[in-house]
Amino acid sequence: MSEPSTEKAHAVYKPVTDTPDCYLRPGEDEQTPLDYPPYKSSRLRHPKQPLVFMPQTITEITGPQLGRERVLGELDNDLTRQHPGEPIGQRITLTGRVLDTEGEPLRGTLVEIWQANAAGRYRHRWDRWPAPLDPNFTGAGRAITDDDGRYSFTTIKPGPYPWGNHYNAWRPAHIHFSLLGRAFVQRLVTQMYFPDDPLFPYDPVFNSVRDERARQRMVSRFAMSASEPDWALAFEWDIYLRGPGATPFEEAL
Amino acid sequence: MIYATTPSQTVGPYFAIGLPWPEGPHAIAPEHPDAIRITGTAYDGAGDPIADTLLEIWGADPDGRYADLWEHGGPATPGFRGFARFGEEGGDGRFELITLKPGPVRVSEGIVLAPHLDVTLFARGMLRHVVTRIYFGDEAQANAADPILARVPAERRETLIAQPTENGYRFDIHVQGPAETVFFAV
Repeated sequence: MSEPSTEKAHAVYKPVTDTPDCYLRPGEDEQTPLDYPPYKSSRLRHPKQPLVFMPQTITEITGPQLGRERVLGELDNDLTRQHPGEPIGQRITLTGRVLDTEGEPLRGTLVEIWQANAAGRYRHRWDRWPAPLDPNFTGAGRAITDDDGRYSFTTIKPGPYPWGNHYNAWRPAHIHFSLLGRAFVQRLVTQMYFPDDPLFPYDPVFNSVRDERARQRMVSRFAMSASEPDWALAFEWDIYLRGPGATPFEEAL
Repeated sequence: MIYATTPSQTVGPYFAIGLPWPEGPHAIAPEHPDAIRITGTAYDGAGDPIADTLLEIWGADPDGRYADLWEHGGPATPGFRGFARFGEEGGDGRFELITLKPGPVRVSEGIVLAPHLDVTLFARGMLRHVVTRIYFGDEAQANAADPILARVPAERRETLIAQPTENGYRFDIHVQGPAETVFFAV
């Protein structure tokens, strides 16, 4: 057990040229709501007290660098080659860039994904809906962005699946994405959808994002030009994390 | 700002396929002589443990140095990642993370941040993550001078204070309810 350490404060925050002093702060109404009654499990899992405004300190404008530790092999971004055989389903490539809201690419940042198989079944003990598991598909992948902020995955298109939120509830096909960015405040977990899904109007998770244009930012685009003949259809999706903002710590205090 | 951010969506019930990894809960090797264990449980608005939380911490090392891209404060303790992730679904809702106790950080003349860890909590039922902070119960003097704690209504500050245990600290999180933890807009 360490001693109280007030005397040891010697680290002085000296900004490095390319470290933003602070990041954009989207307003509460610009973010996905925490309390959204149509999504039933949000009822007991959202804070009822107002969030307390926190000026961004050094802890929020820094963030973990997980790259080398999480991406171990060259097959980490190919979900179709993690088993002896090929998974069942439509093979797709999925590429895009991770950028901030200034359009600056985030290089060398970790992108983690997970998804259901082609039948809409997750390889997870809690997923009990009677669609088959695929012995050749785990459904997890990791990639590190290149110098242009670009990531790339090869996978199969996940299927939609039913869930218990309401009568005849089905989730549109989606792939879960997790991003760390460079700063604690850039952390994002979201879901990427496929264009023109007929289930969009019925899904409370998708529609929890109230602004139509914001919802469209979660939908990938089909890219005929990037599709590979006799091999895979291509989808593209760019991800935007919070960029530099306006109010440094000391002014906000 | 030229572009708008990509909206958040819930981590859902099946993140264990992709996010946790064996060393994830350890920001430092458990055998490190200064390693501390932070244990706790997250509770929902009915007072029930949330069995499917994904919890992450981020903070400085004992000398106030960050293991970030720019090595703020100087290179951090060797082997210290600064970050830990716990995600175990279907358990009893209890989490355990191993890290080094962060030191205070002087951010400018006269302003010192008390030792703290940033906490990110995700779960099914949460359409976006929430952010809170862990402060330490044996740092009363530093806590009293912390500029962030000062912004928290006095009667709610206790929800941010981890209490010393035999080998670390205990920090429970109440997402909703009478003992609701303070969450921050950052």
